[in-house]
Amino acid sequence: MKLYCLSGHPTLPCNVLKFKSTTIMLDCGLDMTSTLNFLPLPLVQSPRLSKLPGWVLKDGNTFLDKELKECSGHVFVDSVPEFCLPETELLDLSTVDVILISNYHCMMALPYITEYTGFTGTVYATEPTVQIGRLLMEELVNFIERVPKAQSASLWKNKEVQRLLPAPLKDAVEVSTWRRCYTMPEVNSALSKIQLVGYSQKIELFGAVQVTPLSSGYALGSSNWIIQSHYEKVSYVSGSSLLTTHPQAMDQASLKNSDVLILTGLTQIPTANPDGMVGEFCSNLAMTVRNGGNVLVPCYPSGVIYDLLECLYQYIDSAGLSNVPFYFISPVANSSLEFSQIFAEWLCHNKQTKVYLPEPPFPHAELIQTNKLKHYPSIHGDFSNDFKQPCVVFTGHPSLRFGDVVHFMELWGKSSLNTVIFTEPDFSYLEALAPYQPLAMKCVYCPIDTRLNFIQVSKLLKEVQPLHVVCPEQYTQPPPTQSHRTDLMIDCQPPAMSYRRAEVLTLPFKRRYEKIEIMPELADSLVPLEIKPGISLATVSAVLHTKDNKHVLQPPPKPAQPPASKKRKRVSDDAPECKPLKPLLSGSIPMDQFVQTLEKHGFSDVKVEDTAKGHIVLLQEAETLIQIEEDSTHIICDNDETLRVKLRDLVLKFLQKF
Amino acid sequence: MLPCYGDALPLSLFLTFFYQKKTRCIMDRECSQLLPSVCAVLADSRQLVADDTFLEKFLDWFKTLTETESSLLLLQENPCLTELITCVLKLKDPSSSTLSFILRLTGIFAASESCFQYLQQRELLISLFGEVGPLSSALWEEASVRSGWVQGVHSMVQHQSALHFLCSCGAIDVIFTLQGDPSLFVASAANQLLVHVLTFSLQSFQTKPENIKDCDWPICAQKLIVHIEESLKSNSASRIKQSLKLLTSVFGCCHDLWTEVLWSRLSERIVYLLEEEPVHAGHSLVDLFLSMARSPVFSCPECSLWTSVTCALEHLNPAQVGRLAVGVLKLQECPQAVKIQALSVLLQPMDCVLKAASQPLEYPGLLNRSVNDSATVETLLSCRSSCASLLCQTLTHLEELQYLTCLPVDLPHIPLLQSVVTILQFCIGLATPASCLGNKISRILIGCFRVQRSALDILGALSHWESPSVFIGSVFDILLAYLKSPDTSPTVLKKSFQATLKWLVSLSEAPSSKDHWQQTEQFLRDLFLVLQKRLCSPYWEVRDSALEFLTLLVKHLREKEWFRQVLFSSEVPKLTEDLLEDPESYVRASAVTAMGQLSFLTHLISKKPGVENGNVKEKSIVAQLKEILSTDSEGFPRRAVISVFIDWLREGHPDVLKDTEQFVSSVLQAVNSDLDWEVKAGGLELAEVFSAQILGRLGLAACPYAAVLSSATRSTHLSESLQIFCQVKLFEFLFGALCDCDRPVAQKACDILIALKAELCDESSLKEGTSAGLSTEARGIAWLEETLRRWSSCAKPCPRGDADEAGSQDPNGVLLVLRTVDLEGLHRSLNRSSDHIEKSPQSLLQDILATVGTLEENEADCY
Repeated sequence: MKLYCLSGHPTLPCNVLKFKSTTIMLDCGLDMTSTLNFLPLPLVQSPRLSKLPGWVLKDGNTFLDKELKECSGHVFVDSVPEFCLPETELLDLSTVDVILISNYHCMMALPYITEYTGFTGTVYATEPTVQIGRLLMEELVNFIERVPKAQSASLWKNKEVQRLLPAPLKDAVEVSTWRRCYTMPEVNSALSKIQLVGYSQKIELFGAVQVTPLSSGYALGSSNWIIQSHYEKVSYVSGSSLLTTHPQAMDQASLKNSDVLILTGLTQIPTANPDGMVGEFCSNLAMTVRNGGNVLVPCYPSGVIYDLLECLYQYIDSAGLSNVPFYFISPVANSSLEFSQIFAEWLCHNKQTKVYLPEPPFPHAELIQTNKLKHYPSIHGDFSNDFKQPCVVFTGHPSLRFGDVVHFMELWGKSSLNTVIFTEPDFSYLEALAPYQPLAMKCVYCPIDTRLNFIQVSKLLKEVQPLHVVCPEQYTQPPPTQSHRTDLMIDCQPPAMSYRRAEVLTLPFKRRYEKIEIMPELADSLVPLEIKPGISLATVSAVLHTKDNKHVLQPPPKPAQPPASKKRKRVSDDAPECKPLKPLLSGSIPMDQFVQTLEKHGFSDVKVEDTAKGHIVLLQEAETLIQIEEDSTHIICDNDETLRVKLRDLVLKFLQKF
Repeated sequence: MLPCYGDALPLSLFLTFFYQKKTRCIMDRECSQLLPSVCAVLADSRQLVADDTFLEKFLDWFKTLTETESSLLLLQENPCLTELITCVLKLKDPSSSTLSFILRLTGIFAASESCFQYLQQRELLISLFGEVGPLSSALWEEASVRSGWVQGVHSMVQHQSALHFLCSCGAIDVIFTLQGDPSLFVASAANQLLVHVLTFSLQSFQTKPENIKDCDWPICAQKLIVHIEESLKSNSASRIKQSLKLLTSVFGCCHDLWTEVLWSRLSERIVYLLEEEPVHAGHSLVDLFLSMARSPVFSCPECSLWTSVTCALEHLNPAQVGRLAVGVLKLQECPQAVKIQALSVLLQPMDCVLKAASQPLEYPGLLNRSVNDSATVETLLSCRSSCASLLCQTLTHLEELQYLTCLPVDLPHIPLLQSVVTILQFCIGLATPASCLGNKISRILIGCFRVQRSALDILGALSHWESPSVFIGSVFDILLAYLKSPDTSPTVLKKSFQATLKWLVSLSEAPSSKDHWQQTEQFLRDLFLVLQKRLCSPYWEVRDSALEFLTLLVKHLREKEWFRQVLFSSEVPKLTEDLLEDPESYVRASAVTAMGQLSFLTHLISKKPGVENGNVKEKSIVAQLKEILSTDSEGFPRRAVISVFIDWLREGHPDVLKDTEQFVSSVLQAVNSDLDWEVKAGGLELAEVFSAQILGRLGLAACPYAAVLSSATRSTHLSESLQIFCQVKLFEFLFGALCDCDRPVAQKACDILIALKAELCDESSLKEGTSAGLSTEARGIAWLEETLRRWSSCAKPCPRGDADEAGSQDPNGVLLVLRTVDLEGLHRSLNRSSDHIEKSPQSLLQDILATVGTLEENEADCY
């Protein structure tokens, strides 16, 4: 059993598990932090960005000044943003049989895998994962395609050139494999390969293994996966949460008794408690608006935004913000808000019960109804007519490199009354802000990451007790910036096995058993013999038939009956000649009784010697030796077949036959 | 809300009155007549008294009776009582509650020696407390009977005869057994009884100093001491603990010389207990030593007690010994060496924490040498179950020391401060562990609210020491970290605010405050940024704590110019004003209080050129508060407004001073229609302050140093005052409140009216009034009734015009009403509780009989 690690990002994993005869890809995360090296894509012409000076090498060489621009001491690539793909060289991805998706954030690289690697398998995911995943991809494609950029930079990727660049460009990994964003046809084609599954549904893969998605509590439709054969169980835990937010609660019990537990997608901000951060978010928002400023919240169109809107629903009246407009701008804003209300079965218990009242599970419906929350596909069109300040704007992309957020950063960045509040933990807010410097607007970092923290992981591992834990190397040591925090790492026994990008792990357990079925007619013919209370044995003579990774014992072919009418025999019909079967023996020989029996049968000079493995019975007169061991008996006599048979029969009297 | 005086008082209050009114506790004729029937009821096993509290009250009554009257006479005059005891003894199957009652009642009577003899002659005592009595019956299994027996004996042992009786009838051994009773109440009562027996026997015996040798002690005492010794030598931890507890009580309540002899006899054994591994009864030993250390008998520095205390400080578990250490440090009389050792015990865990977070030699540490084996402390600190509790205990003990007026030993406050800061850093993951122990402590303490709270408490307490800038900086840093952190729990945040306040106040008062000015100013700027955010918190507790903190901060520092500058350069005042409209009433109330304080400052600021609209703003705040007072649907904000107004009036708030009469008049009018009794009480306080100010202003207040006014001037001033009071409709308000259904309001109104009457209706004015024809006779009683009716109707909300008409008072009429109404009589009746009739013993006896009657009726109904 092997694990191929194709991504180094612990919360955007992409691993391949080879288990029995199957090749299973676990998640398909796309590392978008590479886009932070690029200049933002403004929706309208930005004089500031277009006037940025080209970067010049120390020796005055200007050959890169068209590709690289300098802004407040940082260098950015002036080109269409590119993404860092999962490793594609570590194994032939066309051999991947299935891809299991755990949540919509972890499927963003799917088109790159399904459309470019010769992949012919199936992708499994839950319905909300697919629908919201589609929205995220649509938004991403839209953000990038609507700002076409003529220029494409590639010189800087040359290894020799890259070496000369300042950090972080100099240290960027595998830039040559970075790719532009996929297109909508590719997205559609990739999504068409997905087969929808429900929680706890058992899916057979080629008869070899069974995979089952379990609720992971992190996002709508998010799953952990159980991959098991009859005697082995691997759990894949990715992006799980024990907090009571909107998704259905995490199913922990089903993770018990795993041989291996692959643990990814823990919180990226282990020191920030989501509750406290929501409080911070509200306080900072209220403070800014009360002072007449605007609030910008760069965010994804689904996920934490639902919880934030719910908090604000409760908070705005008490904070006297009832008249402040809230805008949600995204090409998929409407779909996201609508979708969230229809996935009732995937929601937490409280929200499910609302559906039966019937009420919309999320209160953002009421915010929309009362015109407190308005949503628009982009800043163009209706939005520009309705726009009032001060206001709060939720929009993407959290990297601040593309999307409507770029416009608001340019618009509001100059005033210290305004605030940008970062709630998505995927990007370093300082790096995200770098191309906007100098910036007057206030920046607040309130990362809200509801995924498991290390205390919760430690409790979870105690609860489910896996034999082995496998996790990204980042989780086996304290965070580099807080090296003294030994509480911020996985602490389990035996220590967790760690992996890094492009590494292949041999998982530490061996398969020892395989399940075989017996055909009913063969089972009928068996005659079990109880050899110990509760243990019965029967001899089986059968043909082992293996197909589709299933093993079946079938009755042996019957000896061919001589044909009644036809004289000619067909050789191919011949059954192998079956010799009469010898009975199997079991039991042990009690030496005292055996000696007595020998004496009764006229052997007077019986001597017994103990050996390491059993006994030797010496019949001196007959010059015969009986060697009795645990699993064998030998009668050694000098060509006296009659004596041998006699002795054999005496021995057999003490053994059971079946 | 306090109960109205028409309602029944709660039972606890009833009993309080019952005890206080001893004059009522006599066996009067009515009671004597009722008593036989009550005794008959109690003696009848079929008639169960359902409510045990009657029996308790009954016993209390007899206890009081025996204190004031002769017990023997009582028994002789009321033979039914002796018959009751005899009867219950003869009952085959008495109820446990009745038997317990009889045991206790007999004990109360037998406390008098003559009565003891009287009962002894009738063999009642031996039958009740001897081996043949309840002791050998099946009812002894009932804890209430055993408890009654112990209490009965306890009451009885007030004379030598009772002691002899105890020794002769084997009761002492019974008490020894009861020490280990499964019922904790019985065990504790038995222990207390033994303490009483020992102290009583020795006190009554020890007439001369030479009698202090233990070999001469009474048999009873000797028996007890042998029992204690044997228990201490036994292997049973519970027996050892019982004896230590007994000794603790003995040394605690008795400070006679014989206690020293007792100690000298037992000390060796107790030191032996201390040296055992592990020490079993650590907590009990600590109690014993603390009890002894407080006794003057052992205060001499040469006393062997201190050797034992030293031994205890060395041997006891650090988790147990803290209490002893802090107790020792609080003592006046104690050898200095022991105190130093005690302090070291308390500092040791702090020393370990400090060293666990700092590189060797970085800090000198708190201790020159360790008292205990530091390994024990380290083991406790590295274990999750003991670390937090040891630190919390230590921090609390050290905090207690900070409040001692004079600390007997030098406290290394700087390293202590460092260690407290280190603990706080550990708790939020800011400390860098320097050792394996540090790593363990870090993992245990991160997010531990208990330790955070205790550490913040002592951090605040340490503010009264003068500290160098570098340490003040680290204190400010850690406080800001806690105040900023979104993970700080609301209770920890509150503690952080308290500690911050203490530091800021201490620094502002310190002689060297100028040295830290820059540091403090920067801290204040950061603090107000945090406060700004906290005032916008979605959690009301946080907003409330932030406002409370702001109020106190302004109250203490409002005189400081630097504070005012930083405050008004922040958004905090504006946000505070916004919170007057908070949806949570507690927050609105706190915002009102905070604005009450801030408005003093805004006035100061508005005086300066450059600050515009200060006046307008100020007015609007007064208007806003008045609006809250008259319209807010919740009581808390209205109460807060009235107390702010009282403060403003007292302290001469500029806006109030502009037109005090108008201000008071409008406030009283708003309060008049309020249904909340606390708001009304506040209004009355405002009226009281106002009237005192007016009288004082005109030189009429009872000030011993004031110049005596001539009678003509005085009369003018009086009429001026009266005029003002009438203008603000003070008397309407007071008479309205006098008729209020809430007793505290009526009482307070009555008090104020009596005080005003004393000032306004003195003899001279009385004469003048009479001569002017202003008497009730002249105007007629109908006029008085009509006036009062009119005034009290003003207390009810009515349209403005009507109120004016109804309230038009003429000063002479007011004087006449004040003189005529029997305010003193009203005061007396208001002071009486509502159940003053029902709390007599006679009523109690009737109640017992009535309850039984009801039971019977109910039984009849059932069939």
